[in-house]
Amino acid sequence: MTRFLARRLLNYIVLLALASILTFTLTSLTFSPLDSLLERNPRPPQAVIDAKAAELNLDQPIPLRYADWVSGAVRGDFGTTVTGQPVSDELWRRIGVSLRLVLIGSVIGTIVGVVVGAWGAIRQYRFSDRAITMASLLVISAPTFVIANLLILGALKVNSILGVQLFEYTGETSSDAVGGWWNQFVDRVQHLVLPTFTLALASIAGFSRYQRNAMLDVLGQDFIRTARAKGLTRREALFKHGLRTALIPMATLFAYSVGGLFTGAVFVEKIFGWHGMGEWVIQGITTQDTNIVVAITVFTGVTILLAGLLSDVIYAALDPRVRVR
Amino acid sequence: MTDTEYRFVSRRTLVLRRFLRNRPAVISLAVLILLFVSCWVLPPLLPYSHTDLDYYALQQPPSTVHWFGTNSIGQDLLAQTLRGMQKSLLIGVAVAFISTLIAATVGAVAGYFGGWRDRALMWLVDLLLVVPSFLLIAIVTPRTRESGSILWLILLLSVFSWMISSRIVRGMTMSLREREFVSAARYMGVPHWRIIVRHILPNVASILIIDTALNVGIAILAETGLSFLGFGVQPPDVSLGTLIADGTRSVTTFPWVFLFPAGVLVLIVLCANLIGDGLRDAIDPAAQPRRRRR
Amino acid sequence: MTLLDVRDLRVEFPTDTETVAAVRGLSYHVDAGEVVALVGESGAGKSAGAMAVIGLLPEFASVSGSVKLHGDELIGLPDTQMSRIRGARIGTVFQDPMSALTPVYTVGDQIAEAIRIHHRGTGARQARTRAIELLELVGIAQPEQRARAFPHELSGGERQRVVIAIAIANDPDLLICDEPTTALDVTVQAQILDVLRTARDVTGAGVLIITHDLGVVAEFADRALVMYAGRAVETAPVAELYRSRRMPYTAGLLGSVPRLDAPRGERLVPIPGAPPSLAALPPGCPFHPRCPLAIDECRTAEPELVTVGPAHQVACINSDQVGGRSAADIYGLPPAPATADTAGTDGEIVLRVRDLAKTYPLTKGVVFRRRVGEVRAVDGVSFDLHQGRTLGIVGESGSGKSTTLHQILELAAPQAGSIEVLGTDVAELDRRGRRLLRGDLQVVFQDPVASLDPRLPVFDVLSEPLLANGSGKPDIEPRVAELLSLVGLRREDAGRYPAEFSGGQKQRIGIARALATQPKILALDEPVSALDVSIQAGIINLLLDLQERFGLAYLFVSHDLSVVRHLAHRVAVMHRGRIVEQGDSEAVFDAPQHEYTRRLLSAVPRHRPDAG
Repeated sequence: MTRFLARRLLNYIVLLALASILTFTLTSLTFSPLDSLLERNPRPPQAVIDAKAAELNLDQPIPLRYADWVSGAVRGDFGTTVTGQPVSDELWRRIGVSLRLVLIGSVIGTIVGVVVGAWGAIRQYRFSDRAITMASLLVISAPTFVIANLLILGALKVNSILGVQLFEYTGETSSDAVGGWWNQFVDRVQHLVLPTFTLALASIAGFSRYQRNAMLDVLGQDFIRTARAKGLTRREALFKHGLRTALIPMATLFAYSVGGLFTGAVFVEKIFGWHGMGEWVIQGITTQDTNIVVAITVFTGVTILLAGLLSDVIYAALDPRVRVR
Repeated sequence: MTDTEYRFVSRRTLVLRRFLRNRPAVISLAVLILLFVSCWVLPPLLPYSHTDLDYYALQQPPSTVHWFGTNSIGQDLLAQTLRGMQKSLLIGVAVAFISTLIAATVGAVAGYFGGWRDRALMWLVDLLLVVPSFLLIAIVTPRTRESGSILWLILLLSVFSWMISSRIVRGMTMSLREREFVSAARYMGVPHWRIIVRHILPNVASILIIDTALNVGIAILAETGLSFLGFGVQPPDVSLGTLIADGTRSVTTFPWVFLFPAGVLVLIVLCANLIGDGLRDAIDPAAQPRRRRR
Repeated sequence: MTLLDVRDLRVEFPTDTETVAAVRGLSYHVDAGEVVALVGESGAGKSAGAMAVIGLLPEFASVSGSVKLHGDELIGLPDTQMSRIRGARIGTVFQDPMSALTPVYTVGDQIAEAIRIHHRGTGARQARTRAIELLELVGIAQPEQRARAFPHELSGGERQRVVIAIAIANDPDLLICDEPTTALDVTVQAQILDVLRTARDVTGAGVLIITHDLGVVAEFADRALVMYAGRAVETAPVAELYRSRRMPYTAGLLGSVPRLDAPRGERLVPIPGAPPSLAALPPGCPFHPRCPLAIDECRTAEPELVTVGPAHQVACINSDQVGGRSAADIYGLPPAPATADTAGTDGEIVLRVRDLAKTYPLTKGVVFRRRVGEVRAVDGVSFDLHQGRTLGIVGESGSGKSTTLHQILELAAPQAGSIEVLGTDVAELDRRGRRLLRGDLQVVFQDPVASLDPRLPVFDVLSEPLLANGSGKPDIEPRVAELLSLVGLRREDAGRYPAEFSGGQKQRIGIARALATQPKILALDEPVSALDVSIQAGIINLLLDLQERFGLAYLFVSHDLSVVRHLAHRVAVMHRGRIVEQGDSEAVFDAPQHEYTRRLLSAVPRHRPDAG
């Protein structure tokens, strides 16, 4: 068992390394971080440009630069940005912001999505099921940035009807928030609601569709019939036996959904003005900063792989057939 | 040996019949075809092209002159939306087809042969899932120009969207491989490639068709997302994503600049998804027919 | 007082094209303590007729008629009320034990649940104890430990015992068993029938058993109802039914069942044609297209059930012509062939297997896969197959018989041992040699549905082996026509798709395909197991005829001993990868030497031979 896990871990590390090499090479080849300097008017003296180039290791061949980066990375130092700040500090700060956003949204989204999907399957073809299916389809067909803007428009309407700024849609906190602990907390929640809801909505739609289909598959299975023959009503049989069994494929969906959450977060952060990883990666690309981009690549890679591992564990927890005694 | 009384209805007719009974799917198909045709046919017929600037109507809401209104520099939004649709639809359909093709090949080979081929291909799938495709596309496309960027976009999007489909194809192939008619063909001495082409692929075809339909929606969402952030379709070229990005800046004050392209986008993807769902219900023999309620 | 009284039951299913009536006016009754069997082939409507009693038909089925349990009407009851009756007054045992239990709950919990649903006040521990008692009752060893196991850790037979335990947990008045032994091995079947007998004795319940196996009916049931096309066509006490059946269908059914005491090569009585599609029933008596005694009157009106003896009813206007005649007589079959088919001079050896072995690594778990050991699927198997003769390999699931067959078919060097096909050692074959040899060794599989590509028309199906063997286009067409006529199909059938044919016809196509390259050896992997008994008889006859005509050697793998009896000259009995007994079929069947063979033979449910 441990040998198997070790092999898997090794595989992950190799994949991560490859991903980072790929990104590093690509960015090093295509980025020219000196552009911001070169485009300044008047043009700075050559000495300054050369010094900057040396600072960014631009004179060295790519493999050497990568080796340099790796030696720093394994110690937790991801180099510096083109403006000279250490990447690691900024990285952890921004991870915190993004996590606050993504975690709540994904947890709510998953749970609500599963419940909604199960409910739809039980009331198959009735009005509530049709309504839920249609709504999920609509939400899936709309990209995050459209949903976000629509929610902002809606919030505007609500705010104007109520006369008070209930929903905030810019940033994580208000710059003029005063007062004690409670006021600060309420302020944060007001800013949290819309972006979290945007992310959650997409998750809800996706999970509910998947869960509904999984439950419908389970509906036709023999053990549901046995449960009903025991004396459980149709609804009881579906909830107690069907739902529990249909949850199993959700574990695999969870692993794949993490990637989607990150891309969703990029849009949400941009539109709602949160200073998280998503905003940072766009900034990194536009300022042509290799270190930022590669650091984010490694971070997302690690998270995806962790999510995969987590989903394997969840799968084993849900399905006794795959457990190893 | 007496004959049986089985009435023959070809599978294709059955599938078609069931699809046609699904009203939302049929309507979606009609709408999508309409959109497809109109975005290429309509522009020459309109008074304003997407590059014309009407200085007398800056940031105007929809009117009889400009049906969708105008943006801040006076461009007619209807013309712009149609032009954006062209790009998005083109990219979406192209990517869907190419990625399904790749998924079918990889999945069939991996599922049928197993062994080292399977392991190698699945490892490749894992790698591509870990690599941040978003970032890579975002890095490459801004550096290409006009028509080149469209091609690169299609290429890169296709390369990064076939992975999950190939897993599904692989699963199906593996279960088909165990089916007796494949074993029978093997024991009859039929060569491998022939078995894949004649036996495996036609039986996987239904999944592939559904997949293509759904991939169109996914591809369009990916492209508009990238364009929204400034990484996909490059200016001065127009896509629904760039239009929505422009609209987002003034969404609270001039909502129509955002609403029209966004609405069209959601409509297209919704239709693609409804068609995909309709196909799935029509093809899957286990799908319950709609019955009266208890 | 009658326990269960069913009157004029009708069950209809809407389909894509029209409404299909699966049950058309079925009436029967079950008394406390008696066992009533609903017998019939696939499509007869027996499952629907029983599922309607407990209200577990699909939502879109419409049910009418009357079903009374102890005088209380069951049809039309809402789900909540039916749920109180299900599991408490009616217990159900289903067909496939492998999927009947929820995979995520332990076995003990599932039994305890059955108790706690109907006795709300029962505590968890009390229910637990009772569950363990029930497990012991149904014969599960170490019940306290087994109660904590998950369904996937139990064998098929054990799972079925658990299902029976759940069914009798609340001491029901009626026990409904839908093909409870069909999916199980022969020895396990016998055990489960014993458990059912115990269950009946302990609860005093009336039992309604649905089955297509006439042997099970003979051994277990008191009364039987023969169903055809959704109606009862004959009903009688079992002994009376076997002794003096009066419906031509029943006679044909009894005549088509292979028997353990029949001489090898005896032709069975197939009923021509196939059961009608319920969507397109012929006018009048639904059996008349296949009935040898049909007259004009049969086409006009469907006969009613008429009493012809004590508790004996028949739905046939010609029933008096059936009594006292053998099925072969009624169906006009020629008498058994005169050719003395006993052990004469054996032909040359076409297949020689020595010490064949195959082991599989065992991996546990889908996610964290690891090797936990190995399975010796085939463990030193040796036998010879002679030209023109049949070797039957018999065994239950897991015995390794199918693996042996597939090992031979691979035509590659085995893990251990040697295989010689037509004098050539397969280990020495190169690719070309293998391809050539394939023409002489062909295979027929068990499932006619799965062994034909649903997307190819019959012509392509039959021409595939010819093309693979290098035949040219002009040769193929006449050969396909020839093959079709060989197996009793028509030229026009070449343009149709497999889905349009019945199970028996599909299997004929499979046999035709196997004969395409004029092989010398035919490997048959359970070729008739998936077919109805009357159709099976036709296929067995066909195989016997083809063997005589072409001098084919058959390697016949099956779990059904009676079928093997009819076909095999020599028999090899496999158990856990080894051949425990091998010899001439008469010797093995009539005087078995090995303990396992004896156990196998005694487990086969016997029914009395056809009268007349």
